[in-house]
Order: sequence, then structure tokens, then C-alpha cells
Amino acid sequence: MAYPTDRKYTKQHEWIQASGNTAAVGITDHAQEALGDIVFVELPKVGTEVSAGKSFGSVESVKAVSDVYAPASGTVTETNEDLATSPEKVNKDAHGSWMMKITLKNPGELDSLLPAAEYEKFVAEESGH
Amino acid sequence: MSSVGTIPAIRKTALNAVHRQMGAKMVEFNGWDMPVEYPASIGGGIVNEHMAVRTGVGIFDVSHMGDIQLAGPQALAAVQHISMNDASRLAVGQAQYSALLYPQGTFVDDVIVHRLGEDEYLLVINAGTREKDFNWVRDNTRQFDCALNNLSDDFTQIAIQGPKAINVLQKMTDADLSAVKFYWVTRGTIFLNDKSMRRYLGDTLIARTGYTAEDGFEIYVPSDEPTSARVWKRILEVGKEFGIVPCGLGARNTLRLEGTLSLYGHEISDTINVWEAGLDRFCKMEKPEFIGRTALEKAKSEGVKRTLVGLEIVERGIARDGYKVLDGGGGDIGYVTSGSPAPFLKKNIALAYVPPEFSAIGTVLKVEVRGQGVAAKVVPTPFYKRPKKS
Repeated sequence: MAYPTDRKYTKQHEWIQASGNTAAVGITDHAQEALGDIVFVELPKVGTEVSAGKSFGSVESVKAVSDVYAPASGTVTETNEDLATSPEKVNKDAHGSWMMKITLKNPGELDSLLPAAEYEKFVAEESGH
Repeated sequence: MSSVGTIPAIRKTALNAVHRQMGAKMVEFNGWDMPVEYPASIGGGIVNEHMAVRTGVGIFDVSHMGDIQLAGPQALAAVQHISMNDASRLAVGQAQYSALLYPQGTFVDDVIVHRLGEDEYLLVINAGTREKDFNWVRDNTRQFDCALNNLSDDFTQIAIQGPKAINVLQKMTDADLSAVKFYWVTRGTIFLNDKSMRRYLGDTLIARTGYTAEDGFEIYVPSDEPTSARVWKRILEVGKEFGIVPCGLGARNTLRLEGTLSLYGHEISDTINVWEAGLDRFCKMEKPEFIGRTALEKAKSEGVKRTLVGLEIVERGIARDGYKVLDGGGGDIGYVTSGSPAPFLKKNIALAYVPPEFSAIGTVLKVEVRGQGVAAKVVPTPFYKRPKKS
């Protein structure tokens, strides 16, 4: 899997794609692969304050429920309503399926996140390949 | 570095390398390294695997299950003493669902008892309880004139499940499978090569059993790696035209939950008795004696304090194992033993223990899903019943 270089990644397997002061957030292809068939995505309400490293929602697959963590702090401006009815889209295209958009509190927070190549390396090490 | 204590080595079936080659996602299950699901690229994923078994055919490695053989003049008497169903009703070649009970009427394990010969019985038991079950059977059958053998490591057990299971298996055996009724066994030759019929396994045990609430077969072949791999691959080859899909423990769990089949450690355990678990029809109180009978007689007259119910989650949310069940006022009344999305029924379902006064069909309860009460309705079980053949 080639990870897009237009965004940053977390070790909890989320991605964040910033454009100016706003950013889209989703989970990585590795995360969807590990979760298996996703059947339910729970997202925050618009206006919610999310903090870097804290849970902003959850993703449920047939076999388990997992929290998803905000890569950066900010205020939720939009959530992907499409995922309420078609959560399987995350399996099909994790990097194209954003979950929420936020106004960044401090865009500098993204500097500490992993670029694509480093994230790819992290995933490879974690899964022992 | 020195290690403190001993960590038991994780166990592997003879098909472990094959699962890994196929790209299966592996998990630890009751001390075994088992496939939970196969990759989407070969038709896998829990939902696909589940649907394949409901509508076509799937294949499972269930070699982690244990096998205990009792043979000898008093084998029947021994089986009757240690199990709750009535094994005297079994003809040679017939099998029955049963359970091993503690004197308190709670579960050592559930089992399938197969009568393989005049005086020969095979108990198929759960993976996580293999040693416990074998020791328990040994300790409680000493007084009987019969030999006890732990055959658990001798077999690779492969389940071929689904409405098309018979089509697949019939293509590779000389046994007439249409003559084998559900919960009966036969023996046959399994052919491993269609070019010449020289490569085969003779005298193979073929049982029309399973854990998917679907028609299907379980075959018991020698557990050496080359033979096991060859059989597994041959079934996939032959099954190709029927759309066969390899299935892992994930689908095995959702299939058995839709069919409301109990799982040890969930619906049944050493603290749950037969009446609570609703397994009355497999417990033959007319048998004069079996371990647990006295306690069950007393428990029956006292009535149960909790009973297993089927729940359908009616609001948004998925009930998971261990979640609390609440009454309308938010009072804690029970717990979920197994909960999951049901891929075929396309509902979120659960089995749960609740007091009998909350068990009537249609009763609306709540399941606490991460701090929130989500409405759930008591529904009839089994959730899924396979269509009767016309």
C-alpha cells in the first residue's frame, strides 16, 4: 500500500490532511485492514472540541469496536454523513473516506506527526514484516 | 535475561502454515493460533465468509476441537453417566448434541457424542477445555470397563458448511452423502486427485454436523501436515465451481450466534446450569442417573433466577459480549453473553441472561453500550433457522 504524501499520520493509525487552518481526518488503510468489515462509524457533533490524542469517535467492525483519536486539536466543522449509511466505504477507500473536518487550534501540532514514508515504516515494523 | 514462570507455547493446527500462506489474519483463541478471517482478495472477510456459508459453501479448519474416544463393553454406561443426553437412543452411526455436567448441574463443556461402533463412542469437545474435559472424563469413568483415548492430536478436522457443502464433498468421496442424515456419520474414501484415483484417504470419518446452523459436513483426516494441506487444498479446488470460501473464527462465531448455538465461556459455563441455558431438550431427566441430575432436579423445582434470551437491538448500537442489560428504569438486570452484527439477518443481535420476568417475547430492555442505554427487544430464538428443503 502506498500511503498518500499529502497528509500526516499517527501511530494510532489516523491520517490528517490540512489545508490552511482546516483539516480532514480519517483512518488509514492499515487500520481498516486490521479492523475488518466496518459496520458502524460513530462521529462527534459539529461544534465539538476535539483534543490531540483524545478519542473523537469510534469505528465498529463485525468483531470489535475501536476508538479513533484526533491527530490534532480543533473544532469539528463537518462530519461525513455518508459513513452513517455506508460505513463499508472506509474499507473500500480509507484514504478517501474522511470522517470529520476540523478547524485547527494550532496547525503546528501537525509537525510532530509522521510523514507517509515514516508511517509506512512504522506499520511494517509493527506487523513484523 | 531470565524468564519468570512458564508461558505455555501457543498451539498450531497442522494447517497453520497453509492459513498463513493464504494471508489469513491470525489471532490467539483459547491458546491456539487460528485464522480469524481470510483476505478480501480471495473472497474473505467476516461478512463475505458468513454469507458464503448461508448461501453457498465455506470451509473451516476446526482441528483445535478435541476428540475423546470411549470403547469397550461398558462404553455406553460410561457415556450415560457423564453426559446429559440419552446416548442409549443412538444407533451406530448416529450423533447427538449433549453436555458434560458438574454435580451442581453446571457445564464442564458441551459435546457432540458420536456412536461409531457397537461399543465405541467419540466425544467432540471444545478447544479451550480439551485437557480439563479429558481429565474430567477420565476421573469419572474409571469404574467402567472401557478404554479411554485422547485422539485430539490425531485428527485434522475440517468443516465444509453451507447448502452447497454436499455438492463439494460428494465430488471427492465414494460415500453416498445424500443417504447421510443430519447428525449421522458415515465412512468413505476421500479422493485427493481427480486425474487418477490412486491418491486417496481410505476409511475417513465423515459426519453431517457443524456449528453454523447450516447443512454441512465435518471430516476427520490424519493430522500430519502434508495430508492436512492436501485435503484442504483439494476441497478448495473442487469447491471452486461452487464459489467456496475459506472461513475463519470470525464467521464461525457470527454464524453460530445467528443460529443461537451455545459457546462455552459465553452462554454456558461452570456457573450456569442447564435450565438457565435453555438446553432442556438435550437433557434427559428420564435417565435414572447422570452426573448433575440430582442438582438439576432440585434446581427445576426451585425455578431459575435468570434465563437466556435473544435480543434484537432496535436503536443504533451494537451489543458486545459482557455489556450490561438494563430494565426500563436503568436498573442492572443482566448481561450479554454474545453480541454482534448478524451479517445474514442484517440486524444487531445478542444473547443475554436476564431474570425470567424480563424474558417474554416483545419485552423492551436496554443494553448499555459504552455508557448509553440502547433499546433492545426480546425476540424468539433461534434468530436464524435454515430453510427446510422442499
